[in-house]
Parts: sequence; structure tokens; C-alpha cells
Amino acid sequence: MLEDENIIEVRNLTKKFGDFVAVNDISFEVKKGETFAFLGPNGAGKTTTIKMLTTLLRPTSGNIHLNQFDVVKESNKTRHSFGIVFQDPSLDTDLTAMENMEIHAALYGLPKDLYNKRSEELLNMVELWDRRKDMVRDFSGGMKRRLEIARGLLHHPKVLFLDEPTLGLDPQTRNHMWSYIKDLNQKEGITVFVTTHYMDEADKVADRIAIIDHGKIIAQGTSDELKQKTGQTSLEEAFLSLTGHAIREQAGESEMKRMGQMWRGGKR
Amino acid sequence: MRTIYILWLRQIKKYLRSKSRIVGSLGQPILYLVALGYGLGSIYAKGGGGSYIQFLAPGIIGMSILFTAIFSGIEIIWDKQFGFLKETLVAPVSRFNIMLGRTLGGATVAGIQGIIVLIIATFVGFRPTNLALIIPAMIFMFLIALLFTALGTAIASKLNDMQGFQLIMNFLVMPIFFLSGALFPLTGLPKIIEIITKINPLSYGIDGLRGTLINAATFSLWTDFTVLALVTLACIAVGAYFFSKIEA
Ligand SMILES: Nc1ncnc2c1ncn2[C@@H]1O[C@H](COP(=O)(O)OP(=O)(O)O)[C@@H](O)[C@H]1O
Ligand SMILES: [Mg+2]
Repeated sequence: MLEDENIIEVRNLTKKFGDFVAVNDISFEVKKGETFAFLGPNGAGKTTTIKMLTTLLRPTSGNIHLNQFDVVKESNKTRHSFGIVFQDPSLDTDLTAMENMEIHAALYGLPKDLYNKRSEELLNMVELWDRRKDMVRDFSGGMKRRLEIARGLLHHPKVLFLDEPTLGLDPQTRNHMWSYIKDLNQKEGITVFVTTHYMDEADKVADRIAIIDHGKIIAQGTSDELKQKTGQTSLEEAFLSLTGHAIREQAGESEMKRMGQMWRGGKR
Repeated sequence: MRTIYILWLRQIKKYLRSKSRIVGSLGQPILYLVALGYGLGSIYAKGGGGSYIQFLAPGIIGMSILFTAIFSGIEIIWDKQFGFLKETLVAPVSRFNIMLGRTLGGATVAGIQGIIVLIIATFVGFRPTNLALIIPAMIFMFLIALLFTALGTAIASKLNDMQGFQLIMNFLVMPIFFLSGALFPLTGLPKIIEIITKINPLSYGIDGLRGTLINAATFSLWTDFTVLALVTLACIAVGAYFFSKIEA
């Protein structure tokens, strides 16, 4: 049964691409109003999971409920419940910044006055208000990223997915973004689901963290719980002790990684 | 409604801004009109067919609508690759409306292209016989545009890159064009070719254009209209279905 306070419930979710298992039988839930982080290295399966949660990919098996809706069977209803900032580009570069914002507002049925107010506020926040009439194709990578974030925050959904939102952002915009989202989270009770491979970010913003590696959730809990469980003093060390490797893998670490996998396999 | 409108507008804006695309896509119809129109004109007249430019222009209008429309539909592949498609696919609006907005936008662009070619054709000597029938002619143009934009959308929904595009051009689009009666009359053909032309929906589009523009339809205008409208609806239905199944 669905517990009312869980806004996301994931059971035995698996995604295979051919023979390759990108997401391997994961289960977790996210409570209404919390900020939940998926922490894991590149290729861990974070984006694949988010794509399944947001109706873009069909799971190979398992089920997902979001805001009480079955994400696969009630995909249309599910889409009314969330917003997302993608990791990969999703702008129309042949349009201006403002036109990209306008399309989003239309797709999400934002009333005109609310749209005017928010778009100005958000474009100022990411310092693109002066460039709003310029073609996105002329923007730098960082500017595009900032626009994606401003656009993603235009409407206020029940659940906001942020897939590595601060990747490639300058520290200042990063702070602005997080204080804006914190505000949304507190004032409107929006649930935030963020993926990251930055330890400090997960540590700072998340109420609870799930550590994901090679498609598996290895541990979940608050940052303190994870530290306690592993007897470490920092999240970084906790991560290392849980996965057997640092989050940014150096070349030549594969041997260590394999040992880590064996160790994990033995422990379970 | 707002979804359909904004996605329609997006296609129009992108078209109007790409001057090179507009000019580029007019080169081919002009070449066909001039080279074939003048090149084959005297043979055609000797064969007792009358003015070849009169006969050819509706075919070339149909051709340029066909190419532009298929191309507009195929644009989904770019949106997949550049990522914009995801933005629309997660939005709380029905995929049918998204598909319809895009398709109507692409069809409008292709229809405009047809009208531009019609105007250009008058410079090389084409004369519509009855100006009152220009409006029904435009309806035929828009139907052709809608049909093939929806077909392009259906195909592109199934493709992930432009690899298959050449295949589609050579084995679908070019045959549709050459076996539609765009360049030659649909009478006195070998049986097998005749059957293909009868199955080809563009044949009815071009016949409808000839019926309205030069009063020389092989079938009746109602037959043309009914066949086109039904095939268009079928293409939209298939396109919408494939589009609703896209994963990103
Ligand atoms: N469409 C796909 N086809 C095949 N493999 C994929 C596809 N998408 C992702 N993968 C693979 O699945 C794994 C997880 O990818 P992803 O979810 O993007 O990881 P993360 O977001 O944690 O960096 C990677 O090894 C990636 O190469
Ligand atoms: Mg990712």
C-alpha cells in the first residue's frame, strides 16, 4: 500500500539496455516535502532512473508511484505532478531565451501575469535578463545551463527533479539557485529530487541521500546516518568505504573497484 | 489549444528565420520548371499534349510541398538529438496535441512553400485557368502538406539519427514524387505503374491541383479530396501513435 506521506515510491526498478543493466533492482521512497539526493559517480544510473521517474523511459521491470500515480500506466497524470531540469541540453537553440521560456509557460499552462513576473525574476537570478532577446545558439555553455535552470523553475510542481543541476555552474549562480529552491521547498512544500556527484552539495542540501553505484543503491539515509553506519567522519569517507572507490575515479582504479564489488557482493 | 498554437508558432518562426532554407528549397522547383518546362515543352506539344508548363507547374508545386513537408516532419530527429524534444515530452499536455502542433506548423510551412512556387511558376508562363479556384487549390496544397508532414513525423518518431534519411529519400520520397503524375500524365501507362500511381496518395493531390488550377483532372475533384483527406487522417493517427511511444 502507498503511504500517504511518500510522494515517490520505487519498487524493484530495473532498466536494461540490451544485456547491460543500467539500473539494477532499486527500491526507495521519497517523503513529501523533503530534499532527496541521488549521489553516485558518472554512469551509476542516476539519469536513467530520473528518466524512468519522469515518463521518458519505460522500466524493464519494477514499478514507480509518483504523487500516487502509477508512472507507467498513468503517465499523463504523472506529468502534471513534476518539473525537471535535465542534465543534457534541452533548449531550442534556434529561438531566443525568452521564446524558450514562453514555450515552457504555454506547455505548463502558466497564467500570463505569473509568467511575466517569474520569468523576469528567474532570468535576473541567472543573469540572463539582458540577453533574453538573443538567440540561444549564441550563448556559451554556462549561459545555456543557467537558462535551463531558469526555465525549469518557471512552474512550481509537486516534485522538482534536478539532474546534476549545478554541473558547469559558477559558484555564485549555484548559491542563488539553491537558495531559490530552498525557498520553494519551504514556502510551497515542493519535494526536491536531486542527483549529483558533488559530495558537499549532497551533504549541504539533502535531507536524505541514496548512494548509487553501478546501478545499485548501496546505502541510504541522512548524511549523519551514512557516516555513523560506516564509522566515518565525512560523507566523502563514508562513500569511499561503502563503494570501495572515490566518486571521481582515477585511471588505474578499476582493480580497486572490482575488489569493492566483491566486497559488496559478499556483504549482502 | 495553447500547446498546439505555441508549437505551431515555433515551426513558423524557425522557418521565417532561416532565409537560406527558404531560398535553398526554391532552387529545385525553379530548376525543374525551367529545365523540364522549356526542355520538354516542344516534345510535349508535338505529342499533342498542349502546353507543358501548364501541365508541369501543378506537379512541381506538389513536389515542393512534398519535400518540404517530409523534411518538416523529419525535423523531430534533430529535436531528439539537440534535446528539445524531451522538454515537450515531459510536459503535462497530451502527446497528441504536441504532435498536432508540430505537424500543423510543418504543414503550414510546406503550404506556404507551395504558394511561393505557384507564384514563381507564373513567371515562367504558368496561367491558372480560373482564379476563383485558387482557394480550393490552396486547400489541396494544405492537405498534401499535412499528409506528408504527418508521414514524416511518423517515420522520424521511429528513427534516432539521420542515417536512415537517405534511404527514405531514395526508396519512399522520390518514388512518391516520380510515380505521382507530377511530370507525366497518368494515362496509357503500363499496368504495374498504373497500379502504383493509383495507390500513391500524391497522385490525388496533384490531380486535385490540376483540376483546380488548369481544369484538367483525371479523377474527379471529390475523389481527389476524399482520398487525400482519408489518407491524411490515417497518417496523423499513425504519426500520433508512434509519437506517443517515443522514449528519450
Ligand atoms: N540509451 C542508452 N543505451 C545504452 N546504454 C545507456 C543508455 N543510457 C544510459 N546508458 C548507460 O547506462 C549507464 C548509466 O547511465 P546514466 O544513467 O546516464 O548514469 P549517470 O546519470 O549516473 O551518470 C551508463 O553506463 C550509460 O552508458
Ligand atoms: Mg547523469
